[in-house]
Amino acid sequence: MRLLNRGKPRTRLSNSTLLFIIAGIIFLLMYGIAIVSFPVSFRQFQTFFDFFNLNAALFITTLGMCIVIIGGGIDISVGAVCGLVTMACALLLQSGAGNVWGALFLALGIGLAFGLMHGFLIAYLEIQPFIITLAGMFLAQGLLTTLHKEPLNVTNPDFVALRRFTIEIPWLGTVNRLGVFIPCEIKPGVIVVVALVVLYAVLMKWSSFGRNLYAVGGNRHSARMLGINVKKTIFLSYVLCGLTAGISGFVFLMTTGAGNIGNGALYEIKAIAANVMGGIMLSGGVGNLLGAPIGTLTLLTINELIRAAGVQSNLQAIVAGLLLYLFIVLQSIIMALRDRREFRLALPPWLKPHRS
Amino acid sequence: MTSLRRQFDRLSHLFLPLSVLVALLTINLVKGADYFKITMINGVFYGNIPNILFGASELVILSIGMTLVTAASRGQDISIGESGAISSAIFVQYVLNAGEVTIWTILAGFLISCVAGLVIGAFNGTLVSFFNVQPMVATLILFLGGRSIAFIIDGKVSPILANPISNQIGTVIPGVPIQTPIILTAVFIVIVAVAIKTTNLRLYVEAVGVNPSAARLNGINPKKVIFLTFLIMGVCSAVAGFIAVNKAGRHDSVNLLKFIMMDAILAVALGGNSLAGGKFSITGSIIGAYTIEVLNRTLLRLEVNPEAIKAFKSVFIIVLMVIASPVVRALARELLDKARAIVTGYSARQTGGLNKAAVSITDSSAKKEG
Repeated sequence: MRLLNRGKPRTRLSNSTLLFIIAGIIFLLMYGIAIVSFPVSFRQFQTFFDFFNLNAALFITTLGMCIVIIGGGIDISVGAVCGLVTMACALLLQSGAGNVWGALFLALGIGLAFGLMHGFLIAYLEIQPFIITLAGMFLAQGLLTTLHKEPLNVTNPDFVALRRFTIEIPWLGTVNRLGVFIPCEIKPGVIVVVALVVLYAVLMKWSSFGRNLYAVGGNRHSARMLGINVKKTIFLSYVLCGLTAGISGFVFLMTTGAGNIGNGALYEIKAIAANVMGGIMLSGGVGNLLGAPIGTLTLLTINELIRAAGVQSNLQAIVAGLLLYLFIVLQSIIMALRDRREFRLALPPWLKPHRS
Repeated sequence: MTSLRRQFDRLSHLFLPLSVLVALLTINLVKGADYFKITMINGVFYGNIPNILFGASELVILSIGMTLVTAASRGQDISIGESGAISSAIFVQYVLNAGEVTIWTILAGFLISCVAGLVIGAFNGTLVSFFNVQPMVATLILFLGGRSIAFIIDGKVSPILANPISNQIGTVIPGVPIQTPIILTAVFIVIVAVAIKTTNLRLYVEAVGVNPSAARLNGINPKKVIFLTFLIMGVCSAVAGFIAVNKAGRHDSVNLLKFIMMDAILAVALGGNSLAGGKFSITGSIIGAYTIEVLNRTLLRLEVNPEAIKAFKSVFIIVLMVIASPVVRALARELLDKARAIVTGYSARQTGGLNKAAVSITDSSAKKEG
C-alpha cells in the first residue's frame, strides 16, 4: 500500500465522506444487531422493504430537509406541509372534482407554493429560516384544520387501484410455514423514493447548483467572494425542499389512503434526527446526500428493534433518545479527534476518495 | 441633544416589539372600548390586562432563558417544555409524598425541582459546550424522551395537587390584589435584571456569541459561558414548570408546556434578537412574549374560527418579520433619506441658498472621488 501511494499527494478524507462512512457503519451495525437478536423477522427481505413501503413519505421528507440543511438552513414546516397535502388531495379526490393527476398536481402546487414563500422570504429578505418555516408550519396546520377536521378516507377507484398496486420481486422472498413461496412486494412509493434519491444525489454531486449549495452552506461570505449567487442558491434549495414535501404528502396518502390531522406530525423532528444520524451536520456545508436515506434507515431500524424487543411503550422514547445521544457523542468525539489529527482511518485503496 | 439621540439608538431595537404591541392593543380597543377595564372581584384585579400578564408568565420566564442560550450558543433549546415537565413532576412527587403540606414543603420541593432543572441544563450544556454538538440537535434528545421520563416519574397517572398553598400559588393569595403568577414573574424578572446589571454575564455572553475564538483569546472560556447559559435555562424551565403546574392544579405530563419552545423562540425573535447569537436584549424578549400572548387573546377576541387561529398567527408573524427584515429596513431608510434630501433641497431653494447647496453637493462628490 505504501508502494502504491508513493509519489502521490496524500489527501485527507473529507468530513462529508468520513461522516457518511460512520453513518453507514452504524446502520450496518444496528441492522446486524437486529438480525442477530431477532433472526425470524429481520432476516426476511420483506422487513427491509417494509421500511420503505410504510415510511416512504419520511424518506422523501428527509431528502428535502437534507438539501436545506446542507445549504446552512432549516425547514421545520415539512411535516405540516406533508399533512396539508394529504388532506387537500383527499378532499379533492373525494369531492369528485379531480382525478389522480389533479391530486398530484395539487400536491406539487402546494409544496411549490410553500417552497417559493419560504425561499423568497429567507433568501431575498434575509429573515431567519427558523422563524419563517415555523410560520409556514403554523400556516399549514391552520389551513389543514380549516379544510377538514375528521379523518377522510379516499374511495376514488383510480386512486385505490394505485394504492393497491404492488410490484412483486419474484426472485426474492420467503417460504412461509405452509411451504408456500411469498415473493417480496414493493409499493409505488418506493420507486418514488429511489428515483428522488438518485435524482438528488446526481444534482448535489455533479450539478453547479449542488456544488454552489455546499459552498454557501460552508461559508456564505467566501461563496459570495467566489462569485456564487448566494441568494439564488438558497432560494432554490427551499423551493426544492417545499416541492419534496409536497411529493411526500402525496406518497403519504398513497401509503395510508386517508387524510388526517395527525398525518406527518413530528416528521420535521424525525427528519432532523435522521439527517443527524446520516452524518449531515446542522451547521451546513457538510454531509453526503446519500446519508439522508441511510440515517432514516438507522432511525427506523432502531424503532423497530425497540418495538421487537418488547420495551414498554413509554420507555421506547427514552431508549430512542439515549441511542441518539450515543450517536451524537460518537460523531462529535470522532470529529474532535480528527481536528487534533489523532484519528486516522486506514482505508483500503479502493475506498479512498478520488484525488483531484 | 446627542445624548438623547444615543439613548434613542440604544432603545431602537425595542421599536419593533413595542409598535406591534401597540398595534394589537389598538385593534383590541377598536373592537371594544372596555378593553383596559379592570374589575375587582373579591379584592383581586381581573380584566384583560391582568389576564394577559397571568397567561404569559411561563412564556416570559422561558423566553428570558432562551435569549441567553440563543445569544451565547447561536442555537435554540427545543427541550424547554420537556425539562419543565420533568422538574415539575419531581416537585409534585415531593409535595405529594411529604405528608402535611406547609409553605416550607412547597419551597423545598421548588428548590429540588430547580436542582433537577440544573441537572437537565447540565446535560444539554455538556453536549453543546464540551462535545460541540449543535444546540438544536443536543436538545432533540430530551425533546424526544423527556415527556416519557416525566410520565414515569409521575407513576403513569396525572397526579392532582389538591392543597391550599399550591392553589394560592396558582391563583391568588388572600389579601393580595394581584394574581400570584404575575408576582412570581415580576420577582423573577427583577432577579434577572439585578444579576445582569451587577455581573459580567452580559459582556461574556455577548462576546462568546459574537465570536467565540476572539472571546477565548481575550481570556473568556466560551465553553464555560455556554454551559452557564444552559444551566440558567434549566432553572428558568424549572420555575416555569413550577408556575404551570400550580396554575393547572394537576401534573399532565403529556400536555404541560407543550410546544412552548416555538413560542419562546418566536418571542426571542420578536424582541429584535438575532437567532444567530451575539448581542441580545432581554427586555425585547419579555415584550415579545407578552406580544404573543396578546396576539393569541386578540385572535380569540376577534372570534376567529378556532381552526384557523394558527393560520392567522402565521400570517401575522410573516408580515411582522418582513417589516423587520434587514432588506426592507434598508429600503425604508433609503426612501426616508431621499425624502429628507428632497425636503432639504426644497427649503434651501426657498431661502435662496441654491448655490450653497450646489457647492456642498460638489464638495461631497469631490470628497468621494478623493
